[in-house]
Amino acid sequence: MNQPQPQVIKMYAAREEIYPRETDGRYARLRWLFVWLTQLAFYCTPWLQWNGRQALLFDLGARKFYIVGLVLWPQDFIYLAALLIISAYLLFLATAVAGRVWCGFACPQTVYTEIFLWIERKIEGKRSARIALDRQPASLRKFGKKSAKHLAWGAVALWTGFTFVGYFTPITQLMGEVATLTFGPWEWFWVVFYSVATYGNAGWLREQVCKYMCPYARFQSSMFDRDTLIITYDAKRGEPRGPLSKNGNGNGGSCIDCSLCVQVCPTGIDIRKGLQYECIGCAACVDACNGVMDKTGQARGLIRYSTERAMEDHLTPTAIRRRTLRPRVKIYSAVLGLIMLATAGALTLRTPLKLDVIRDRGSMGREVEDGMIENVYRLQIMNTAEQAHVYKIAVSGMPTLAQVTADQVMVEATETKGYPIRLRTAHGAGKPGSNKIDITLSAVDDPSLHVKESAVFIVPR
Amino acid sequence: MADFTNGFWDWYIVVLTLLGVFGCGVLLYSQAKVKLAKTADGQTGTTGHVWDEDLTELNTPMPRWWMWLFYITIVFALAYLFLYPGLGTYAGKLGWTSSAEYKGELKQADAEFGPLFAKYQKQDLKTVAADPQAHAIGERLFLTYCAQCHGSDARGNKGFPNLTDNDWLFGGTPDTIKETILHGRVGAMPPMGAALGGDKDVENVAHYVLTLSGSTADPIKAVFGKEKFGACLACHGAGGKGNPALGAPNLSDKIWLFGGSAETIKETITKGRTTTMPPFDDFLGEAKVHVLAAYVWSLSNSTNMNDVRQPVPAEAVAEQ
Ligand code: SF4
Ligand code: SF4
Repeated sequence: MNQPQPQVIKMYAAREEIYPRETDGRYARLRWLFVWLTQLAFYCTPWLQWNGRQALLFDLGARKFYIVGLVLWPQDFIYLAALLIISAYLLFLATAVAGRVWCGFACPQTVYTEIFLWIERKIEGKRSARIALDRQPASLRKFGKKSAKHLAWGAVALWTGFTFVGYFTPITQLMGEVATLTFGPWEWFWVVFYSVATYGNAGWLREQVCKYMCPYARFQSSMFDRDTLIITYDAKRGEPRGPLSKNGNGNGGSCIDCSLCVQVCPTGIDIRKGLQYECIGCAACVDACNGVMDKTGQARGLIRYSTERAMEDHLTPTAIRRRTLRPRVKIYSAVLGLIMLATAGALTLRTPLKLDVIRDRGSMGREVEDGMIENVYRLQIMNTAEQAHVYKIAVSGMPTLAQVTADQVMVEATETKGYPIRLRTAHGAGKPGSNKIDITLSAVDDPSLHVKESAVFIVPR
Repeated sequence: MADFTNGFWDWYIVVLTLLGVFGCGVLLYSQAKVKLAKTADGQTGTTGHVWDEDLTELNTPMPRWWMWLFYITIVFALAYLFLYPGLGTYAGKLGWTSSAEYKGELKQADAEFGPLFAKYQKQDLKTVAADPQAHAIGERLFLTYCAQCHGSDARGNKGFPNLTDNDWLFGGTPDTIKETILHGRVGAMPPMGAALGGDKDVENVAHYVLTLSGSTADPIKAVFGKEKFGACLACHGAGGKGNPALGAPNLSDKIWLFGGSAETIKETITKGRTTTMPPFDDFLGEAKVHVLAAYVWSLSNSTNMNDVRQPVPAEAVAEQ
């Protein structure tokens, strides 16, 4: 017997370049539609104006988020949380119903890769030309093409980084700084960072991001079930695969083994091996194979959107659709609807006015003229509206409770003001110790704008 | 300052940290490739790990750039430990400390707001007091640094003077107020119980003091008290008018720092009182104190003081 030879296994492998072939078809066009929609929104939004300021601006320095007519303060953080929860639930719902549609059509990684691939094709040519170019020894022509490509990528990446920062710094002001390149240190950092990230992710890393870096790719399988729409190869119909012969299909299966579905795949997998975690559900293989089926005169849909159950039980499309409304989907939808309603309700009921009542801790309650008991409070009034307001201060909760200081105060637009007030009661009103009182603030010009805060009035024993 | 009393612990941490970092590197290097004996059936493509008798792990290699990221992380860790404090008591090449960073931020803030304060510093206090922006700044400074003792409304507390009346222990001119904030004050009333004689004498003096301000007092006790009041003259003066140079309060008004009942006055006389206004010179700097002093002075003096307490009328806002 031979001694078994030890062998060396590498635990880390170099990436193999993938040259996705261009496809055309229903899904490719749908993806381009999404590229246009998302990118138009992304590049244009920061330029929109509202009320003499940027319509959408996340001013981290001033800790204020401007969203059209809405100004969110740090205290409104809950809305941000709600937005994130809603986004997550939308993603879960979409995934449960239709698999990785987000990944395949709207994810920035996919979208920018699509744009970068387009540039690549315009400069270096189609798949075969690219493969040939990469195999060539270095030459002036190769160098020229490669530099042109990277320059074009760099330009798109820089514009993307610039736009991104435009969401956090007024973009018109940023544009003025472009001419002289006088960004502040943080603007510089983020423009460069986001540009490099775009260039690296869409130009170099591509499917590596989906396969190894994306956390969503890691847990999306837990949202899949047997009724989730996935891209599948109909093995029963396709196998045994083989080239087409003159008198019908040589092997009896629909697949002619042209490998087009593999060539177009941006993650470089063979869908015919079954569902794999690398598949981002981009449906490029569907487009490609449908084209082949058209040419060979066979029915489309050898590779198609279907579900695991449908594949096994030969469900009709209507049956598949009916199975969409399974409990999991209903629960996701219900929770999503509930959170959306609650958020919308809270947003409409939200008053752009906040009040903190801080009792002076230095004195428990001082005795003043005529034996009155006086407590001192500091009102921290936050006018989160974009107009100045005069607010009226009213107090209640104890007999004879009255305010000594002026009961109207003006707070400028989006300003915070500390305003000390003194409250008095007659001797003997209220019990010794702490008494619950309420302080109400209401806008003089708009009584619907009011907040009430409870506080404590201390009567010395 | 030594963080550890014993040099051993310093080295303990240094060695442990570095061993950890290098250990990661060695582990990474040794695990990048594994040597495997071919299995009996000649199967390859697995990592050779077997669990539960027949569960094997396919070798699906990680991308190589990932390995390089691990190495870069190690290099980063070493560079960080070289530049910044992290290895025992080694301060790091850059000498970074959090207090230096804090001071840097203070400097930055001073550079930003300094010109504004410098502008006010050149003006005299009454002019500053009349400036609405300076008033707003002064109010914020007051609410931050002074409200703890004097109250948000500046009306004081027991032992902490009311700043909104016209009674001043050490004088109420703008400059004396600034002086008070800058360098602080110590008010000392010595215990006079023994010097006056006894409890009875203290009580008599207390009633005399009450009469000075026209408060209700026992006239007989007051007459006896008047004789003993001689001991108080040096500070409070003949009519009990006080002496701002010493911080001796005026006893002829109804403003009391600790309370105006006979009981409280007796306690004050017997045990004495010591009050301290801390100096804010080092803490706030003269420029801020200047604005603050103007604000405090305006609390009881400025004619526009009332405008401040009263808000802008609603119509004025509506017109904007
Ligand atoms: S594209 Fe269609 S026909 Fe061609 S190899 Fe793939 S599955 Fe088979
Ligand atoms: S297998 Fe098909 S759907 Fe999946 S990533 Fe590849 S091309 Fe896209």
